[in-house]
Amino acid sequence: MTDLAQQTPETLRPLGQRGWFRFTTVAALLLLFGAVRLPIETRLTQEYRSAFFHGAKLNLGLRQQIGQAGFLAALGGFRALVADGLWIEAHVDWTRTEWGKMLFLFNNVTALQPRNIMFWEMSAWHMAYNASAAAIQDTRQPRLALRLKHQHEYFLIGKDFLERGIQNNPDRYNLYESLANVLRDKLKDHCAAAIEYGKAAQFPDAPAYEVRFAAYELSYCPGHERGAYNELVRLYRLGQKEWLPTLFSRLKYLQETLNIPHSQRIIIPENQLPHHH
Amino acid sequence: MDSTPVKHTFFSPARIWAIATNTLLELFRLKVFYFLLIFALLLIGSSAFMIDFNFQEQFQLLKDVSLGAMSIFTWLLSVLATAMLLPKDIEDRTLYTILAKPVPRFEYLIGKLLGILLLLLVSTLVMSALFVAALYGRQQFVISETIRTSAGMPAAQLQEIIRGVRTSTFTFSLIPCIAIIYIKAALFAALTLFISTFASSWIFTIMVSVACYFIGHLQGIARDYWLGSATTGPLARIFLALVALIFPDLQLFNLVDDIVAGNSVPLLLFGKTAALGGLYTFIYLLAAYFVFASKEL
Repeated sequence: MTDLAQQTPETLRPLGQRGWFRFTTVAALLLLFGAVRLPIETRLTQEYRSAFFHGAKLNLGLRQQIGQAGFLAALGGFRALVADGLWIEAHVDWTRTEWGKMLFLFNNVTALQPRNIMFWEMSAWHMAYNASAAAIQDTRQPRLALRLKHQHEYFLIGKDFLERGIQNNPDRYNLYESLANVLRDKLKDHCAAAIEYGKAAQFPDAPAYEVRFAAYELSYCPGHERGAYNELVRLYRLGQKEWLPTLFSRLKYLQETLNIPHSQRIIIPENQLPHHH
Repeated sequence: MDSTPVKHTFFSPARIWAIATNTLLELFRLKVFYFLLIFALLLIGSSAFMIDFNFQEQFQLLKDVSLGAMSIFTWLLSVLATAMLLPKDIEDRTLYTILAKPVPRFEYLIGKLLGILLLLLVSTLVMSALFVAALYGRQQFVISETIRTSAGMPAAQLQEIIRGVRTSTFTFSLIPCIAIIYIKAALFAALTLFISTFASSWIFTIMVSVACYFIGHLQGIARDYWLGSATTGPLARIFLALVALIFPDLQLFNLVDDIVAGNSVPLLLFGKTAALGGLYTFIYLLAAYFVFASKEL
């Protein structure tokens, strides 16, 4: 074989005529392939974005917060691992009740993995439930008004996490439900909670209780008593599966509030009402 | 004894298969699979972090760590093993022995690449098996803990919780997740093989391949700027165009982060991505052949 006759060690040699031809051929092949795949890749990228892929915004602000190495790893396709590292760090901070640092880390974790429902839910839960409870019990702050203010601020931070989570995950019911829980339990905004439960209920994979919860919350919303009553009656007529203590309790309240004629009222057995201790 | 001479064919799958299996055997002898021990230790070690977390967090961390490690190991394996193929064959003079026989150079390259792809396949399958075993073990642990701590709970409610644990452990989308890790590694094996055909040393090959990895993850940004932004200057546009045209768009193969976060990839979209990965592998192999065909050995 002729190649064997010219055995020379592989070194950096200047390109000869054949070398240039070879280089040009390969460069042309790669550029041609690049031109062919360009529209394909552009379209595929759009399709992935429509399917909620690659939504993380890796910008300079995030780089400053997670450091050069973390940012490089995130760019290199290891966003989940970097996010997990920060999440473990936040967990350690939780045991030390360092709420400010936790908030900083949660912001980074959710920026890295915006499609991870658990990160949004847990971040919101820590802020709206744990940090807010710590704020109201903060013995370093003697003034109740300031403690209440801090508590309310943490409620709003929790709500903000869930609203941003919904912006990134509008195709899943979970965060609507979590937002409704915060609105109901912490901010006592029952009208808004009813709307969010209602949105969650529209998803085909949402649990059946979302519809129920939306009706319950609507019954607490001033000015919507009639709509709530009609919805609760509709639920009642679905059968015994829906005959739960809260349903009876809210029906009883609305029947009295709306002055529903006795002949039209649903008879509510006393033993079906929630027990109050 | 049949004295009929065997007719030499231009293309022989048998010859390619012989080169591929030999390549695989050589890599086995190099004990490249020792990295699986590190992978197994990583899975066991990551459990130490999980004690204080709830079950959703435990599964999330286990999946992230396992799939992230699979992604790193297969990529490293594809780059390191491929970068050493040609230099080692030249050093051992195996290359001359093979090419002295009537083996076309493209068959040699295909055989070598196939050997690497088989190695990556075996590695991916073994790592997947370890991952599934770890995930199943964690699932059983969580279920037994749930049953232990839920005394007095209505049976229907307990069943619902157990069902929740099971559905958050194994999801169908883990299959395309693992498949895309393999496809990305295969693409990189072909790219590294191409680089090694003109590289002066295996260190150069590895350096260029690693650089391609990071540039490839930014290629999409370069393409968007090139096609979308009119404010950049002509030199910058030429630079962006070259990056967009020459380097692969690796973000398209970076689905693991989103899939473990709960995203499911549509089957058709996954099919298109897999086909694109196959096309990349073929084109890089073709480019490698153009360089290698007239290379002075």
